[in-house]
Amino acid sequence: MAAAVRVEELLAAAAPGEREAPRSVAVEKELELEFDLGNLLALDPNPPPAAGLRGAGPRREAALRALARDNAQLLVAQLWALPAERAGGAAGPLVASLPEPSCRLPREKPPPKPRPPTRWEQFARLKGIRRRKRTSLVWDEQAKEWRRRWGYRRAGGDPARSWLLEVPAGADPEEDQFAKKRQEKRERVARNEFNRLRNLARAHRASTAIPAPPLHPTGHQSRQELGLAARVARVSTASLGRFQPRLPKEPVELPPRGRCSKKRRFEPVLGDLAAERGRQLELLKAMNSKKPALDITRAVNKQLREEDAEAAAAKGKKQKQRGKRGRRQQQRPARGGRKSGARRQQRPAGGNITGGKRKKA
Amino acid sequence: MDALGRVVKPKTKRAKRFLERREPKLTENTKNAMLIKGGNANLTVTEVLKDIYAVKKPFAVLYKKKNITRPFEDQTSLEFFSKKSDCSLFLFGSHNKKRPNNLIIGRMFDYHVLDMIELGIENFVSLKDVKNNKCPEGTKPMLIFAGDMFELNEEYRRLKNLLIDFFRGPTVPSIRLAGLEHVLHFTALDGKIYMRSYKVLLKKSGCKIPRIELEDIGPSLDLVMRRTHLASDDLYKLSLKQPKALKPKKKKNISHDVFGTTYGRIHMQKQDLSKLQTRKLKGLKKRPAEKSAQDGGSSPKKPKSA
Repeated sequence: MAAAVRVEELLAAAAPGEREAPRSVAVEKELELEFDLGNLLALDPNPPPAAGLRGAGPRREAALRALARDNAQLLVAQLWALPAERAGGAAGPLVASLPEPSCRLPREKPPPKPRPPTRWEQFARLKGIRRRKRTSLVWDEQAKEWRRRWGYRRAGGDPARSWLLEVPAGADPEEDQFAKKRQEKRERVARNEFNRLRNLARAHRASTAIPAPPLHPTGHQSRQELGLAARVARVSTASLGRFQPRLPKEPVELPPRGRCSKKRRFEPVLGDLAAERGRQLELLKAMNSKKPALDITRAVNKQLREEDAEAAAAKGKKQKQRGKRGRRQQQRPARGGRKSGARRQQRPAGGNITGGKRKKA
Repeated sequence: MDALGRVVKPKTKRAKRFLERREPKLTENTKNAMLIKGGNANLTVTEVLKDIYAVKKPFAVLYKKKNITRPFEDQTSLEFFSKKSDCSLFLFGSHNKKRPNNLIIGRMFDYHVLDMIELGIENFVSLKDVKNNKCPEGTKPMLIFAGDMFELNEEYRRLKNLLIDFFRGPTVPSIRLAGLEHVLHFTALDGKIYMRSYKVLLKKSGCKIPRIELEDIGPSLDLVMRRTHLASDDLYKLSLKQPKALKPKKKKNISHDVFGTTYGRIHMQKQDLSKLQTRKLKGLKKRPAEKSAQDGGSSPKKPKSA
């Protein structure tokens, strides 16, 4: 830009006879403009020239247009400096490639969430089962050609369409095996559909019932969320809701137990000397007395109880961890020692990978 | 509201595509604007809505009938419209004694009102009133904001952001330079915001950059700010959040200094000096007998003196 300005000045000095001033592309500004070329945006932080803008209608319009012209000139200079090429051959229009917009604007919708795993996917992850890749085409020996592994015209013929069926040993000879097969298939399809719908419902429930931001305007607020919001609003007064009138049918709640529930009260600085003297004497008496200050039995009991509680908590944590790590590790000691060892040697990598995945989730 | 809130299962492919177009995406669709006429709207406000519609055109919906609602008091109907027409920007126009010639400009996040700013129209010149050649429909405008108020005042800063969001149109990777025809200029001075729309005339200047001349095409508005409803910091932050997949991946071992020079960091193995090739001498060359002895596996005999 600066170079361009200098060139212009030089030209103006060289040819004073020409009308250079109105044709100039030079613009002087006190503060530099900010540009966001991805949005074709320019921000001029200079205060606008007040004298012209405070004038009457036409004068103001002229001043505004002059200001806009200067700013547009600067923006156009930036845009023309971008790398440009001719679109569609040498005769095509000049096309400048814009950079990414840098001005941060809010999104329209929150970013898409990944689909929650189905029940099978959860189970497979827990067990470390991974999808095996199988080719979709297999060689059919009878037909002597490549056929689908599954579906219409599958390799080996569709067993459901076979014209001959063996009656299994111990089966009722009068029973229609074909009908039985059809029935089984129908049941399998129905069960699959049912599970699919159950997974959909579960995913929907998971996406709607997010308890984290109860006070954000989420799509649909449930009864519990609204209740929580009302409870929070109730105690959000200066007096922590003490003087808040109850709404009709609002459940009576006990005041929350905790540190915040009790207000500290201080003794008055002056007055009640007798009580103060009494307290001091009590303290001196306690210090002088032979009786031990610590009640040994109570203290021992307390210690025992705490240890018990800690042990219980640790146990609970362990169980949780076991759930996360998967059950295979747990089952190992139950099998024969040597066998389990062999297994471990067989699939060390698989175990590690699945373990890592579980940690992530 | 309930009918729109439930899980909609498409029955046809077409319906499925329609719903997919509206789903949240990583790189989002261009924001659409809905221009809503309030319960009482006079001629000025109606004209303003029409003109802004003309400026925004492929990405706007004009609600021409009366909509008796007050966005600052009850936002539910706006949210309903937003969901119905999949618009996240809105401009609501109304006129009454207390707030004559009123415009409410705002935007939505997740079909809920994020920001809303009320503007009063002091002066208005319509697109029709200026007899000039207009810009073609759907021209991406150049946006210019002038005035220190847009930097200093929080409300003005948010208004600036909102106006950029409203008028910027689609994000494009490249643009035809001769097609830069439209300038929207916003000036803030003395509590007023002057919105002007100009057509750009590119003149020869003798150098590569053309000389710019501007021609007023309208609509031009003189606005004053009235009530505001800005998003809380939490919500605004939430709406600004970029998905991880869109963030550019950091390249390892590359750094830049202040001058823009690129530096690369190379991690090398430790050099094995025993295999270093020094100067070749004929005298140090292994004889063929020695070579075969080494390859055979038997180590060469050590001198006894050692």
